Amino acid sequence: MASAAGSTAAVPFWRAAGMTYISYSNICASLVRSCLKEPHKTEALNREKVHFAVSKWADGKAEKPTLRSDTPGE
Amino acid sequence: MLRQAPRLLSRATSMMRVRSLSTADVPATPTGDSSFIEAWKKVIPNIDPPKTPLSFMQPRPSTPSSIPSKLTVNFVLPYQSELSSKEVDMVIIPATTGQMGVLPGHVATISELKPGVLSVHEGNEVTKYFISSGFAFIHANSFADIIAVEAVPIDRIDPNLVQKGLAEFTQKLSTANTDLEKAEAQIGVDVHSALNSALTG
Repeated sequence: MASAAGSTAAVPFWRAAGMTYISYSNICASLVRSCLKEPHKTEALNREKVHFAVSKWADGKAEKPTLRSDTPGE
Repeated sequence: MLRQAPRLLSRATSMMRVRSLSTADVPATPTGDSSFIEAWKKVIPNIDPPKTPLSFMQPRPSTPSSIPSKLTVNFVLPYQSELSSKEVDMVIIPATTGQMGVLPGHVATISELKPGVLSVHEGNEVTKYFISSGFAFIHANSFADIIAVEAVPIDRIDPNLVQKGLAEFTQKLSTANTDLEKAEAQIGVDVHSALNSALTG
């Protein structure tokens, strides 16, 4: 990305604050989802659920993974 | 990568000495990858060339010399394809530069979309969707690809939640300190005001 100094392109306020487009877009999407009427709202919030496990590797072996999940019990 | 393929495969086949069935029909490969096929045939004439991704893809319809009567719209979301090759008269997209009307024959454009209303006009019917943000690619041949993360028909929006959200973010905007908090609060205000005008407009 061109730095602000030297380029006259107007940057959107969120990029000037250090946010990337993808974060901006995801924030907009989650705000819209939170303003929906009921059955659609729960369906939509399901789309935001994430489930991933992160493990650090040391000495060629994976250590215990940290699980981050919106679906409990896994 | 494709250039290596004939070399690697010819090494394998010369070791195996396989002859392909002579009854196999060579499928009419479309314009696709003629240079790959020629290179293949030079090295491995006995085996049919594999299909490359190009032959699976439908070629983009060419730009007609006269302006087509309808705009073909593909409106997609990450989880579903809302409109797929639908022929319409006009779409109005909420570009960051303002509401943009796209008619058949529109100049090729790429625009970033802001949270707002997308309206699809077909004959006498107008279908409106509220889009959270996304992009619109309009091609010279009157095809428009609109992509968004979230799109909902206007009647699924709850006005009370919108008002509450607007009040909440306006308040956050005034109390925000860091740039990032201000940006987030501003995004909240923008999205909720757009939702508000979508409901009333």
